[in-house]
Amino acid sequence: MALDIAVLVSVGRHPASARNRRAVLDARALELALNVPGANIHLIHAGDADEPALREYLGMGVERLSVLGVPAHADVLPVLVAHLKALRPALVLCGAAAEQGAGSGELPYRLAAALGMPIVPAVAGFELHGGRAQLAQALPRGRRRGVEAALPVLLSVDRAAPEPRQSAYARAQRGQIERIAVPAAPLWQPPGEEQPARKRPKRLKLISGSGAERMRAAQGAAASAGKGQLLVQPEPAAAAQAIYDYLLSEGILRG
Amino acid sequence: MNALIPGLLVLASLLALAALAVARAARWRAGRAAAVDAVAGLLAMPGRYLHDVHDAVLRDPVGRAKAGDTGRAAARMHMLTAGGFIAATALILAVHLFALGGVVLAWLLLAFLALMSAGLLRLYARRKPEVSPRLSRGGFDRLPYAFTAFIVFFAIATLPAAGLIAPFSWASLGGLALLALGAWACIELYVGMGYGPLKHALNGVLHLAFHPRPARFGATTPDSALQPLPATAERLGVEQPRDFAWNRLLAFDACVQCGRCEAACPAFAAGLPLNPKKLIQDLVAASGTHGSDLGYSGSPYPQRPVGSAHGAIDKPIIGSGAMIHPDTLWACTTCRACVYECPMMIEHVDAVVDLRRFQTLELGATPNKAPAVLEELKATDTVCGRPTSARLDWAADLRLPLLAEVEHTEALLWIGEGGFDMRNQRTLRALVKLLREAGIEPAVLGAEELDCGDVARRLGDEKTFEALARRNIATLNGYAGRFARIVTADPHVLQVLGREYPALGGYYSVVHHSTLLAELIEAGRLKPAADDSGRRVTFHDPCYLGRYNGEVSAPRRVLKGIGIKVVEMNRSGMRSSCCGWGGGSTFTDVPGKRRIPDVRMDHVRETGAELVAVACPNCAVMLEGVVQPRADVADLAELLLAAVEAGK
Repeated sequence: MALDIAVLVSVGRHPASARNRRAVLDARALELALNVPGANIHLIHAGDADEPALREYLGMGVERLSVLGVPAHADVLPVLVAHLKALRPALVLCGAAAEQGAGSGELPYRLAAALGMPIVPAVAGFELHGGRAQLAQALPRGRRRGVEAALPVLLSVDRAAPEPRQSAYARAQRGQIERIAVPAAPLWQPPGEEQPARKRPKRLKLISGSGAERMRAAQGAAASAGKGQLLVQPEPAAAAQAIYDYLLSEGILRG
Repeated sequence: MNALIPGLLVLASLLALAALAVARAARWRAGRAAAVDAVAGLLAMPGRYLHDVHDAVLRDPVGRAKAGDTGRAAARMHMLTAGGFIAATALILAVHLFALGGVVLAWLLLAFLALMSAGLLRLYARRKPEVSPRLSRGGFDRLPYAFTAFIVFFAIATLPAAGLIAPFSWASLGGLALLALGAWACIELYVGMGYGPLKHALNGVLHLAFHPRPARFGATTPDSALQPLPATAERLGVEQPRDFAWNRLLAFDACVQCGRCEAACPAFAAGLPLNPKKLIQDLVAASGTHGSDLGYSGSPYPQRPVGSAHGAIDKPIIGSGAMIHPDTLWACTTCRACVYECPMMIEHVDAVVDLRRFQTLELGATPNKAPAVLEELKATDTVCGRPTSARLDWAADLRLPLLAEVEHTEALLWIGEGGFDMRNQRTLRALVKLLREAGIEPAVLGAEELDCGDVARRLGDEKTFEALARRNIATLNGYAGRFARIVTADPHVLQVLGREYPALGGYYSVVHHSTLLAELIEAGRLKPAADDSGRRVTFHDPCYLGRYNGEVSAPRRVLKGIGIKVVEMNRSGMRSSCCGWGGGSTFTDVPGKRRIPDVRMDHVRETGAELVAVACPNCAVMLEGVVQPRADVADLAELLLAAVEAGK
């Protein structure tokens, strides 16, 4: 039986040009879904079906995108909940946060709560075995944590997930957009006014001292806190031992 | 009957050839339709043969591996052997089949066979005792013997008609042996023209007549603009051999495997898995019902074995198990060296771009960093993904006026991607200062300038190219009459704006900065001091300036204006060797044994130059990326500015 995977995608926004595009995280979510063999992918967007950037998801090799016709500034949560309740997918994938609109990153949590599904945030990859998902969760500084979850589960995808495949023009044009009419949704009121973010100057901490000290300070606490050990022209055996001990201490090798 | 045998042999062979030619034509006709003016082409064919082909043959092959392997030797060999062969064929039919002309024609036939022998000696010299590695072996190695057999057989057969010996019967042991030799020669030479090495003779003639780029013949500047996608194709670009236009399939079939392309290819020289000769041969092999490269007898794609590729007219060409590996397709820098060298006038770069279009537009299979670049181009209109408004950040102190703010400018400066790169900002600064020195106040488009689309187009993303081009054209046409010409320091911009926008409705006078600077020096508007440092300087011709736009004199005139005598590299001017940037190959980044710019820097080292002058931002970056010790790299504008300031 084919596994039903719902992938929720939004319209992204390029930080330099403010132009609409496929969202970086949502495209990664779709990429993860496309790598599941034999999966039945339901690509879902809530918003304007005429947005050209949506076709970029179709260009990744999905035949159909279902668009729940929600007007701009409407709350997408209720329509998504209703749609997903009817669909009953084993897996719901979405990016961790949208690139425009509220972009608060709350949607996956609210959705999971409304659907009664567990949620695993910051997913970087997964494998399915039987009715369970073996997940790799991205942690800060490139670390990963193995997590296991029973299906159905909602996964919000992290930037650490594999890069999405190229969107091919012809597939994007040939893919179909299915318009689904939904009941009027309550408008979502942005709390306050929207304006472009302003970069604030970083406060400089004046460090006096030698060049090496200033360099260490500039590299931040993390670099200076290293418990490294300096070996000058060591014997090869001693050097190898030091590297071996280090790998053991980091848990990369198991003694 | 006895006397008719030699003539009948030729007649039968020619009939077999005709049958083979019909079968071959059916292969070509499987291709897409193409608009070909057949009558005009056939009429123009002899002129194209005598001028364009002759010029290409006459050039010495790049990197001659063998003494005497000159263009002149190749031209003489063909003139004598092929000319003698055609005349001999007509005379054999006349003398032996129709018993015409008596002693006179028989002697004339003997004379043409003697002429062929003179050509044959050159053919032996070319292939014995050793063969240049660029040449293919296989059936080509049998050609000297086949021509020898042909000459011997028909000379002896003609002796009675010439009155030198008494008529003899073939029905003897010696006669039959001679007859077998003659029959073999006729099969190799006449019938072989339908399938073997000599098919280049027949197909080459047809290719000249039905060439997909008739404008290239007799042109003063190269016909180098890429052609738009056919509007009514079921697939975008080329997936299978039958997606090529029929006259492109014919063009591939005209390849004589001389390997001049291979010898000139920068990717091949650096050990990237590309050999233009094998690329064309693979396309020929894939144009049948069951094709493989087992019969190929030339150099392989570097790092790849020969014999495992399979394809057919209706099978995908590109794939790791198909006829051509994707790495081969993406290793091409679109430098056009192969196109310039090819004596059969084959357009390799068109084929590469057509194949790339399918990979990019239909499959989304552009490798490595190229998809990211295409995505940034779509989202930001720049290769680097920065906003177009940041293109002029380096020029804040120069206060370049926007075209929107001025009435008219003599020079609209097209900044290009170099504006985002610190190395090339130095060149651009120098160029602005030089223009002002000459009394020209350039204007710029500012944030309205989008990427010209070169990278997108060469990576096969014709749709992104078209979108960028149309928007740029709309902007420029909106300023019609307010700029005299567009000046750019980037030959890729020169090519795309000057030669490829006209197909989309943008007609502008675009000049490369080398052309403009040469003009300004010659008009006395720039007065550089003569360089007295005595350093050795060489010049690296950018492919997109030389081979694409035919401009090789202006950069040298600029250097001459500074008093620099250029020490030329072996490969310079129209035969320059690529820096490795073009065709998006820095983004597709196919690994080779070496890097292409390292190979080019070796050419610089051979001249002993301390400085290599460049005229392209991309060449500057590639050559400066070569590890030290190496020659310094400086753009013409930087050198000229230093000389002008020294002259004050």
